[in-house]
Amino acid sequence: MADAVVKAGTKPDGITPSQTAGPYFAYALTPAGRYAIADLATNDLVTDDAVGERITIAGRVIDGDGELVTDAMLEIWQADGEGRLPGADPALSNARFKGFGRCECDAEGRFSFRTVKPGRVPGPNGAMQAPHLDVGVFARGILRRLFTRIYFEGEAGNESDPILKLVPAERRSTVIARRAGADLYKLDIRLQGENETVFFEA
Amino acid sequence: MTAAYPTESLKAHPPYLYPDYRSTVKRSPSRALVVIPHTLSELTGPVYGHESLREHDSDLTRQHAGEPLGERIIVSGRVVDEDGRPVPRTLLEVWQANAAGRYIHVVDQHPAPLDPNFSGAGRVVTDADGRYRFTTIKPGAYPWKNHPNAWRPAHIHFSLFGPTFLTRLVTQMYFPGDPLLALDPMWNSIPDEKARWRMMSSFDIETTEPEWALGYRFDIVLRGRDATPMEDPHHG
Ligand SMILES: [Fe+3]
Repeated sequence: MADAVVKAGTKPDGITPSQTAGPYFAYALTPAGRYAIADLATNDLVTDDAVGERITIAGRVIDGDGELVTDAMLEIWQADGEGRLPGADPALSNARFKGFGRCECDAEGRFSFRTVKPGRVPGPNGAMQAPHLDVGVFARGILRRLFTRIYFEGEAGNESDPILKLVPAERRSTVIARRAGADLYKLDIRLQGENETVFFEA
Repeated sequence: MTAAYPTESLKAHPPYLYPDYRSTVKRSPSRALVVIPHTLSELTGPVYGHESLREHDSDLTRQHAGEPLGERIIVSGRVVDEDGRPVPRTLLEVWQANAAGRYIHVVDQHPAPLDPNFSGAGRVVTDADGRYRFTTIKPGAYPWKNHPNAWRPAHIHFSLFGPTFLTRLVTQMYFPGDPLLALDPMWNSIPDEKARWRMMSSFDIETTEPEWALGYRFDIVLRGRDATPMEDPHHG
């Protein structure tokens, strides 16, 4: 059988398939001081130059049996408080804000991110999107990254958000974090079953 | 609803529910995915390059005082997109078991020895032409509890960013001739056999260094933007 060598100047037959991150990724991807390699990204995205309201987003990852998923990794990607996605313009005044975070669930299946509340970024056809984070979920038993979003309770833009509109109304609450304190939002990610989180394909 | 990346390419991926891999049974969505257009949020992504590397991140045999045990290997290849364009200056993160098939992760209880001279985590950034190269030890096979007498074939875990949120990929690289492949639910979870073999490295005498290390070649293909259907030039 053909192996993964792409001959120079040719078009590949297709993309490399995804495989699970497995249960043992932490010492490479989320070392958090426990392992020798330096952290690439942590669950604290706040830099001194980050523009936006400081918030914490917390929740749990839960499987189809209602069991806590203790070996998942979440990644988030987001704009800053003014709706600027990092990397789009290197001249931005807040260049230290990376907009990318990683968190490994703890023994109770909990995750949390300290970040800034994202501003609005354009959607298809120029319509503005409500504030949101893009979220990737990796774990043992997840063969291909699960893609969801986190929106925020009480945002006027939620009603007209072009992506939320594609989600059946009765399922929208699965991707809208509720305000649980002055600067705290909460949302659980349910991989399967009752109140299953809406996952996207893009 | 125009997609900037063709979604047809996603058929190379495994299904979320693949009962032969037992952990998928309660961790896969039961509802249909909601297909969405690609917005600025998906068409941008974090940038990690050379500033993310430290000395020896790309030589896993030199991260400790002594030399790790096992067969020293060099893994090299190119990261390209599905149109064949190189993906330059993108970060790869790798992790693997040691030569005895043991991970340093605290949860790994396989009764095989840890190697004090091997952690098994590395990073490397592609050059302007999408090339990467790192030195490591050939990982051993290891047992897992998926089914009776289940063993994972030797593999290296790869994590890649690419230019956007949509090009993110976590995959595994396998070694040619491994007798465990045919029995492995992860390998077999890829529905298209041609796509499955894109996870297979090849022994490469060009990469092999005399008196030093065997070479393996592993090219990785990420999603590409605005891919247009074209004649396949290298298959008659
Ligand atoms: Fe593994």
